[in-house]
Amino acid sequence: MAAAPHGPTGPGPRQLRQAAIHAAARPDGVPGGFAGQLVVFCEELRGEGLAVGTSELLDATVALDAVAWSRREDVRETLAATLAKSPDARRVFDLVFDRFFFRAAEAEAVRRSSTDGEVAAKLADELAGDAQGDGEAHEAGEQQGGDPLDLDAVREAIARAIAEGASGRMADLAALAIGSVGGAVTDTGVVGVDVQRIRRALELRTDPDPQAPEDDPRREGLPREGIREFEQHLRHELERRRIERLGELPPARPLNQLDRALPTSAGQSLAEIHRVVRQLKRRLNTQGQELRGHRRRTQVDLRATMRASLQTGGVPVVVKERAVRPRRPEIFVLCDVSTSVTSASLFFLSVLHALHDAFRKMRSFVFVERISEVTELFEREREFEKVSQAIGRDAGVADVTGYTDYGRVWREFLEQTEDDLHPRSTVIVLGDARTNGRDPAEAAFAAIAERAGRTFWLNPEPALYWDYGDSVISRYAGHCEVHECWTADQLEGFVAALTGSGPAPEPPRPHRPGR
Amino acid sequence: MSSAPASVEALAAGLRQVGYLPGSRTALVSHLAVQLGKPVLVEGPAGVGKTELAKALATLLDRELVRLQCYEGLDEAKALYEWNYRKQLLRIQAQSAGEGTAGWDAVQDDVFGEEFLLERPLLRAIASEKPVVLLIDEIDKTDQEFEAMLLELLSDFQITIPELGRVEATTQPVVLLTSNNARELTEALKRRCLYLWLDYPELDRELEIVRERVPGLSATIARRLVEVVAEIRALDLKKPPSIAESIDWARALLLLGADDLDQEVFRDTLSVLVKHRTDLDLVAERVGLRLPARAGSGD
Repeated sequence: MAAAPHGPTGPGPRQLRQAAIHAAARPDGVPGGFAGQLVVFCEELRGEGLAVGTSELLDATVALDAVAWSRREDVRETLAATLAKSPDARRVFDLVFDRFFFRAAEAEAVRRSSTDGEVAAKLADELAGDAQGDGEAHEAGEQQGGDPLDLDAVREAIARAIAEGASGRMADLAALAIGSVGGAVTDTGVVGVDVQRIRRALELRTDPDPQAPEDDPRREGLPREGIREFEQHLRHELERRRIERLGELPPARPLNQLDRALPTSAGQSLAEIHRVVRQLKRRLNTQGQELRGHRRRTQVDLRATMRASLQTGGVPVVVKERAVRPRRPEIFVLCDVSTSVTSASLFFLSVLHALHDAFRKMRSFVFVERISEVTELFEREREFEKVSQAIGRDAGVADVTGYTDYGRVWREFLEQTEDDLHPRSTVIVLGDARTNGRDPAEAAFAAIAERAGRTFWLNPEPALYWDYGDSVISRYAGHCEVHECWTADQLEGFVAALTGSGPAPEPPRPHRPGR
Repeated sequence: MSSAPASVEALAAGLRQVGYLPGSRTALVSHLAVQLGKPVLVEGPAGVGKTELAKALATLLDRELVRLQCYEGLDEAKALYEWNYRKQLLRIQAQSAGEGTAGWDAVQDDVFGEEFLLERPLLRAIASEKPVVLLIDEIDKTDQEFEAMLLELLSDFQITIPELGRVEATTQPVVLLTSNNARELTEALKRRCLYLWLDYPELDRELEIVRERVPGLSATIARRLVEVVAEIRALDLKKPPSIAESIDWARALLLLGADDLDQEVFRDTLSVLVKHRTDLDLVAERVGLRLPARAGSGD
């Protein structure tokens, strides 16, 4: 990387970063040498939603000083240890790392106006290549060197490499595959499309192929991850060729949602919801402090009294009392998991999951026709995916018809929580208030709302649809605060309303069709 | 400071010598921790050697291991320091019995001296003359309030005691925090730490670990054992077997004198490996039945 001194008249750091990320190779590269590159790298991580602060950046710089730069894996792990602080972050980090250094290598190659693919390939390998030893890769490459255009042989070699998970060999074979399939597949210019075409031409499938020869891995079907990895190599190789042909870098795009998402697919929004709920907890804890000031039963703190008495020669003049511990808010959550809210229930369950992370005194229920308490399940299971599976499988929801019966739900809820509901508790209902024509039983709901201190209803439907069809949200709206809530942003709005100062605001009137 | 290994390789070799087989990532982050004096947050499933790593580092660096086991409700008095008020009272009584009213000022200064301070792990780690390895185990079990209290310690290696003033570390401790990921830790804490995710090891490394810990077990059976364990982990279990459990299983097999893994041995010893009722059934069905029926009756 070219090291250009920081000039006072140069563009601002922000522009420099932007330019470095998005522009095609600038003739002078990024100023600041490696440190500059690191800043750009962190900026890209931030762009993908990682919280990388200046302190992390400094840590990374200092840490890089303590390892040998000659080993790329060390550099990668060092950066990961200082910049990516959760498994999710690590996943994103790996993707960004590969992309960044691939682009950096390509940009360098373009900058040196070297259209020689090998130089670029070599640079990219130097900077970012694969974890697995390259010795193996070279050997494999030579082995395959025999007859590169025999498509069947290539197919088999690729299938074998994928089955064995040899990523070094896969990278080499990807280049070979593009060469040998190249004639059959025309270059569309869209990398994703090309990858799929080549994959199809190579007949890489996960399902078993009984016609394959005895010892061929395709007989058993190829592992999905292996194919995905090979596609990644194909993608890199195609991008490299394209850059080579055009002589410039294509503009960088943010990571594909599909690439970065968790296997549960609720990944990113999950983190977002956790953040909002944490905020909710903080606010609930600090709010209402003034109400707690009343000293009810206080106890004498013997030890503190003794200590105070030291100042008066052992005579306990000042009696110290134990501080009254602020009570933590108690929360009851009722979550609809019926079919009418299928799309929203993932969101709801993640809200519930996040709430459980933040509050210890909390009971949660899921309901369809009847309710079932899932507090224990959430306490036991940490992983969101497992929780949602368990709820789907055996939460004991008596789901005979799949239709919500709110009347029954309210009665059962009252029964189960009768002793615990008191004016300090908060009840939150997550549901669409679609009764399927059954009795909404507002009286029972009113009884709950009366016992509890505050009652909230989060409706996952846009307010426009409220009260259309079998939605009876307005019948309940008189007894609680209703909020439209189906994105993390709206959840944040709810948090603000929940913890807003002053008396509870007038509940937003649902939009009524002309009746 | 006793000689800290100068390179990642040296540290990895050292850890091997004291009986801990580190992955490359583990060795690298440990190296960074020792060199930079930054705390390390080690996360991962239970039983992959998070606590062992701290012990091994302590042995390797020839330092004392100070361990703070966290649990719900852990407070400052148990983690940091506490005044030994019984002793303080005794001191006062002894003083007043001996000299009457004289020397009150002396007593007052006296009872808040270091003599009356009960050191808890964190203070001990800070105040120690020789550098130590501080292990804060299962930090995810504590409240967020406790985490906040740790921040001063982790970033500046100092503790403030109102009566005494600030206690600063004279030597740099190596700090490891472990978490089973039972709850999300705060950003503030994470920011102060290096991050290390320990996962189940690859087949070969686990084999190496089992061979290292249970040297008596024959090579073939050890190989079979780690293969079976890997297979079990691939199932969707409540609690997949950890390395610790593989080692236990290896020991059990050695004790029973098993010379191969057949269905009978597997059934008898399965409870060493899998500890949930539903998991037991699943494993017996999915893995157990694939093993040879009887040792020696052919594969």
